[in-house]
Amino acid sequence: MKTVVLMGNPNVGKSGIFSRLTGTRVITSNYAGTTVDVSRGKLHLPDGPAGVIDAPGTYSLTPTNPAEEVAAAILGEADVVVNVVDATNLERNLYLTLETLERGVPAAVALNLWDEAGHQGIGIDVAGLEALLGVPVVPTVGLSGEGIRELVGRLGEARPSATIRPMSEEERWAAVGRITGAVQTIAHRHHTLADRVSEASIRPVTGGLIAIAVIAAAFLAVRWIGEGLIAFFFEPLFDLYTPIVMRASDLLGPGILHEILIGRLIGGEIDYVESMGLLTTGLYVPFAMILPYIVAFYLVLSILEDTGYLPRLATLADTFFHRLGMHGYGIIPVFLGFGCNVPGALATRVLETKKQRFIAATLMSLAIPCMAQIAMVFGVLGPFGLRYVVMVFATLALVYVAAGLILNRVVPGECPEIFLEIPPYRMPDLRATATKTWMRVRGFVGEAIPYLFLGILLVNLLYSVGFLDLLAAAFAPVMEAWLGLPAGAAVALLVGFLRKDLAVGMLVPLGMSPEQLVIAVTMLTIYFPCVATFVVLFRELGARGMLAAAGVMVTTALLVGGALRVILIGF
Amino acid sequence: MIAMERTLLELEPGMQGTIARFIGSPGFVRKLRTIGIREGKTLTVVTRHPLGGPVVIEVDGREVTLGRGMAVRVVVDVAA
Repeated sequence: MKTVVLMGNPNVGKSGIFSRLTGTRVITSNYAGTTVDVSRGKLHLPDGPAGVIDAPGTYSLTPTNPAEEVAAAILGEADVVVNVVDATNLERNLYLTLETLERGVPAAVALNLWDEAGHQGIGIDVAGLEALLGVPVVPTVGLSGEGIRELVGRLGEARPSATIRPMSEEERWAAVGRITGAVQTIAHRHHTLADRVSEASIRPVTGGLIAIAVIAAAFLAVRWIGEGLIAFFFEPLFDLYTPIVMRASDLLGPGILHEILIGRLIGGEIDYVESMGLLTTGLYVPFAMILPYIVAFYLVLSILEDTGYLPRLATLADTFFHRLGMHGYGIIPVFLGFGCNVPGALATRVLETKKQRFIAATLMSLAIPCMAQIAMVFGVLGPFGLRYVVMVFATLALVYVAAGLILNRVVPGECPEIFLEIPPYRMPDLRATATKTWMRVRGFVGEAIPYLFLGILLVNLLYSVGFLDLLAAAFAPVMEAWLGLPAGAAVALLVGFLRKDLAVGMLVPLGMSPEQLVIAVTMLTIYFPCVATFVVLFRELGARGMLAAAGVMVTTALLVGGALRVILIGF
Repeated sequence: MIAMERTLLELEPGMQGTIARFIGSPGFVRKLRTIGIREGKTLTVVTRHPLGGPVVIEVDGREVTLGRGMAVRVVVDVAA
């Protein structure tokens, strides 16, 4: 089977073309030996089916980051290359085009965003470009699907370029200028409203206000969509499921198997949050409590990405994140972490160096509570007064900044500066957004949920053999002497490794003062990530990185917990 | 027209200049060129974020954000 590879710069609508070519049956996975996601699909060519690979966006074949290395490696697998070019920015895109054609691989060029180029008064002589490049050139509009059929039809004509020969870098730059000059005409255009909106959203003051509005809207949308999914889809689903589990519970009768599969009955009933059985809590927590928010979060994130807003947010956030050893993109893991730490940990990949990724991942695990945990904090501390909730979040914000300033100084490695292109605002393509959301949700289900299941099983086994009580007794001195908390809080912290929201709930029956609750809840956020995040961090940072991060977490938790105790309770 | 050499970082928002040369490794130069920041191009400073924040420029109708450490290594000719 032939392999068709899509190559192109970032932000040229490559994934739109990809989803137009392949339809819905798409697999996204890590490229072998890397953490870079690559999408693969299938396409029907006149001479049979072909595999399609969507290479990560790259500006050149001389890679400067892992994603670009993958793009260069994927080119080696190609029988045919479709070079997706931004028609509104031909000159810059041509460098990669020439580099690709110099490799002598059969190729075709998709002049994408053709409609946008027209609106901007940019004209390109397609036949002229085709003659100069020596490969088929087809104008396309990924959003509407215009030109896709012709592109597929002409893939058969794709052959190594007869006109482009290997050349030096300087010659290539000269050729880029020459070709652009020969085929492109630009009509003078005035500043449009879109230009003014774009500029307002990257200036410090107006941009800051817009950013606050966008973030608030995003959070509200996530909450609204998530709650809607729970109320109208997942809860009714579990209402149908309850009689089945109750029947299973009766059939099993009491015993260890019941303990593990169904868990403890609360007042003779199954409590999906507290029962802790594999078939009860093990299904309910991931599917009815996390998944709806994950779906909502990824939908909103995909829309934010596709409109082109995120590079603007990164620009605004850079001044702050630069001081913590990251750069503007450091805001992305934070943003995602508030939804769920697992995608937050994965999002540290947007940063270039190991040092930056380590700092981003460690800070997120330390100080960013996930959506479920936030809801529980409000539920538990809210009744005592909003100021206790504020105490928790103010402490966490302080920890984020302080730990970031310290890590930036002590962690060895490089901190490259922000350098990114700000794409024009675009209307998100619903099809591409839906596909992207679906692929991410599927990835989450596949990666996070099995570990959650395993975690519940483990805790159940440890609980039934009395190990948890033993551990609580062992940690009692630290709890009581250092943190001023009852020994029982240790069990909650242990369960927190599994589910932090669940652990916050377990603090309630201990009858603590609001000050003690503030300490316990803050500790719970800082001391360690939940098992799903832990596994992802382990994969992203490696064993040594994870060990270092865990050291930072435990140390910070003990220091902050001790300090809070002195401030809130006294000696 | 008399032109004066300035680093990009010295340009105030709204000012225009023609890119003259870059100070840095071939890798640094390639990174700038491939994103569209090339010698001979005219750039406009859109904004410069305070407190050591990044600089946003416009080249060929496209906006690019770059850190100050990079901006200081881009030399531009400004009409005096």
